[in-house]
Amino acid sequence: MSTAPLAADKPEMLRLEGVHKHFGSHHVLRNVSLSVRQGDKVVLCGPSGSGKSTLIRCINRLVSHDQGRVLVEGIEVSDHARDLELIRRDVGMVFQQFNLFPHLTILENCTLAPTWARKMGKKDAEALALSLLERVHIPDQAHKYPPQLSGGQQQRAAIARALCMKPKVMLFDEPTSALDPEMVKEVLDVMTELAAEGMTMICVTHEMGFARKVADQVVFMDKGEIVEEAPPEEFFTAPRNERTRQFLCQILSHE
Amino acid sequence: MSFKGKVFLVWMLLAACFAAFVASFDLKLSLIAEKLPFLLGLHLTPNGFIQGLPLTLFLCLAAMVFSTILGFLAALGRLSGNPLAYGLATFYTSFFRGTPLLVQLMLIYLGLPQLGPVPGAVPAGIIALSLCYGAYISEIFRAGIQAVPNGQREAAAALGLPRWLVMYKVILPQALKLIVPPLGAQFISMLKDSSLVSMVGLWEIMFLAQSYGRSSYRYMEMLLTAAVLYWLLSIVFEAIQARIEARFPQGRH
Repeated sequence: MSTAPLAADKPEMLRLEGVHKHFGSHHVLRNVSLSVRQGDKVVLCGPSGSGKSTLIRCINRLVSHDQGRVLVEGIEVSDHARDLELIRRDVGMVFQQFNLFPHLTILENCTLAPTWARKMGKKDAEALALSLLERVHIPDQAHKYPPQLSGGQQQRAAIARALCMKPKVMLFDEPTSALDPEMVKEVLDVMTELAAEGMTMICVTHEMGFARKVADQVVFMDKGEIVEEAPPEEFFTAPRNERTRQFLCQILSHE
Repeated sequence: MSFKGKVFLVWMLLAACFAAFVASFDLKLSLIAEKLPFLLGLHLTPNGFIQGLPLTLFLCLAAMVFSTILGFLAALGRLSGNPLAYGLATFYTSFFRGTPLLVQLMLIYLGLPQLGPVPGAVPAGIIALSLCYGAYISEIFRAGIQAVPNGQREAAAALGLPRWLVMYKVILPQALKLIVPPLGAQFISMLKDSSLVSMVGLWEIMFLAQSYGRSSYRYMEMLLTAAVLYWLLSIVFEAIQARIEARFPQGRH
């Protein structure tokens, strides 16, 4: 699916410049720079603790960076509350643990943010939510509560909830890691469909099959640094860095 | 016999023992019959104000509202990263949890006039109860809010909801389920602590019981009557709490 026009033709969606982050004495992100253009699908991989989740959380400031700059559509990510709300409305996020709101139905989960943060009418928001639940193939679950759904259905509902804000970028933080194996595919299928529709995506995942099929760019991180960045065919067949080779050896030995 | 039936039997036996214990005091029941309407507040005071049970209830209901608001605000301060808010909240809870309610009442009723404002007995009682219980309730709110998984906060924030909406629409509804039972316990405790405000001359249940006891030299009759009234009121409170709890379905969280 890397048949997109030349990267330089597309406007830049987000940019990280020399980003550092410490958790106490632990240096989690070391001088990370990354540029993502509109329509790009970037897969972030690397061993656990390499800073992948922290990196994507810096984009919508669930984690605040210590040094460097993060720009979303040219707006610098900072503690400025108004800017932050605007950025977050355009940046959807899907979490490992789904994080659906358990006291609300699936439909209410989906309409909460559009009605309150986008000031959309209740009717319009519900119509939008239902169409997106249709798109993730769970329209019949709309009136149930999250714990009544399977893990795969919950994660697809969480994707629909994020899409209801009509985001320009979607961040996925290990979306299939908490799922039973038989449910991984249904979630990856929805993500693949979303990619095919042209959504800009950054996915932290260990699903290398998905990376190979969907990504334009695979980014490998280790110990808080971006070690290698390459299109998937190159990344998987001819990794340049020794650490990448080791990682691929470990992770692909079972595939 | 069913479990409930047996429990009922145990209650009846214990009640009978208690009645036998009380009967040994040689109580003058006619005095209770004579004074009960006053304790129940069926008559107004000589200057036309409510007294007895209605006054106790009024003090408590007002203090419930104010202490809940205070408790919520103090909990927010306690969870805030702002040093002023955090400092205010922690000083407040530390002081009002760490000093006797009776002293707080005196500070408000007798101390405030030194600065200018002279609170009446009713406002002083309500303020003291609210401040004191707000401090305890803030800890209940804090614990309830903190018990909601952080992922909920993150998911709501990531959707671009402003902070007050995250609290109002996502965190509080989930925290309330955890907050209601201990909050009910605090209110029952407050009901009985409201007897302390009789000190500033409020004609609530305890004040009347003591003054009738004093004038008739029959303390036990009056104190027992007051005790039964408090007990009945707290049973009503418990029932209301149970009904509110039932409104939070178990399966949703």
